[in-house]
Amino acid sequence: MGSLSGIRRFAGMVVGGALMLLATGAISDSAVTKGSKAAGLDTCVAPTAAMRRNHMDYLKHDRRETVHKGIRNTQYSLAECVECHAEKDSAGAYKPVNADGQFCESCHSYVAVNLTCFQCHRKTPENMSGNGTAMREGDQRQVFGLLQSVDQPLSLSRDELTRLHAKIEGN
Amino acid sequence: MSINNDQPDLQRRDFIGKTVLAAGAATVAPGVLLTVANAGSDEGVSSAVRWGMLIDTNKCVDGCSACVEACDKENGIDLIERPQGQSDEMWNAQRPQWIRKVKLRDTQTGEISNLPMMCQHCEHPPCVDVCPTGASFKRADGIVMVDRHICIGCRYCMMACPYKARSFIHQDIAEQLTSAPRGKGCVESCHLCANRIDAGRETTACQDACNQEGHKAILFGDLKNPDSEIARALKAQHSRQIRADLELNTGVRYTNV
Repeated sequence: MGSLSGIRRFAGMVVGGALMLLATGAISDSAVTKGSKAAGLDTCVAPTAAMRRNHMDYLKHDRRETVHKGIRNTQYSLAECVECHAEKDSAGAYKPVNADGQFCESCHSYVAVNLTCFQCHRKTPENMSGNGTAMREGDQRQVFGLLQSVDQPLSLSRDELTRLHAKIEGN
Repeated sequence: MSINNDQPDLQRRDFIGKTVLAAGAATVAPGVLLTVANAGSDEGVSSAVRWGMLIDTNKCVDGCSACVEACDKENGIDLIERPQGQSDEMWNAQRPQWIRKVKLRDTQTGEISNLPMMCQHCEHPPCVDVCPTGASFKRADGIVMVDRHICIGCRYCMMACPYKARSFIHQDIAEQLTSAPRGKGCVESCHLCANRIDAGRETTACQDACNQEGHKAILFGDLKNPDSEIARALKAQHSRQIRADLELNTGVRYTNV
């Protein structure tokens, strides 16, 4: 009796672990790129779940504020996206955020949504002296921030995921 | 009153606007009207200012193009490359230009005057009148600009502008400045360095360049503030609007022309 429940518990753990690994793998595919400033930050300008779902609406709202009303300190700004999410190559030059495998492009190509912002907007941060990798130094724990990893599991809880999916279906 | 040009009848427009407003006010509860009025003065640019320019053509020097170069640099126009295989003639006719030097010669006296010409930031801009999408618009502070998110590149505004102030982007653009997004298929023009003004600066790039050259031909400021340098200068000396006959009430004015 006792050994049976032990086996069941073990099997449950194996299945659970496998599921968790799968889930982490799926999320980390679309997470921020290593070596970008965002990888060293704890959070984006809004909770990650909200940013993933609504960033296009936030940007569209604030672009109107900026262009028509001249309000340039809005919470959401495309220039800030680029500033934080651009990754540096080995030579220290910024890679365009819409290049293959980069933050914006990787997710947009996964969901098959055209990314047209950068037909007009600048794709790299302007300040070349900026420190692209903002990994905090002197911190014992490896800081992944927005970058999802197995050590530091999902910042998105089950409930949040369910809620997001429900929303997507609802729309 | 007889109208001798093809501009919209502004008195009629004003009358219709006020009538509609009055009718609206009568039907809407006063409390609601109050909140709407407050919402307008919330944040952002305000109609309490109107940005404008005064250009002294006597001080504008023949052969100097410091303002043009400064504008090109400030707004990333110098980053635009000529499309492959385009002729000099075509490139010079089509390349974007927000500000350009114009040389005028009086055919009778032979008098020559130089002046920079750019968007005149009209109070009643024809480019806004003709825009089919609302992309060409006037900000509350009097700056006329293009919202490129909405622009479909029809170029009606270019045809409507009496000052030839607007440019069209014909080719894909490889590099832009963060402060000056730009892409194929949209119209653009001088926006009085709106990004600088929004950041709290009170000069334009062309004015800075002109001052640096020591010419001081360009004066930029708030036309509505009676204490501003430009308002005092406008009060003290005779100035002209170019094509004042069109009754556009331009924000850019010239002296000695």
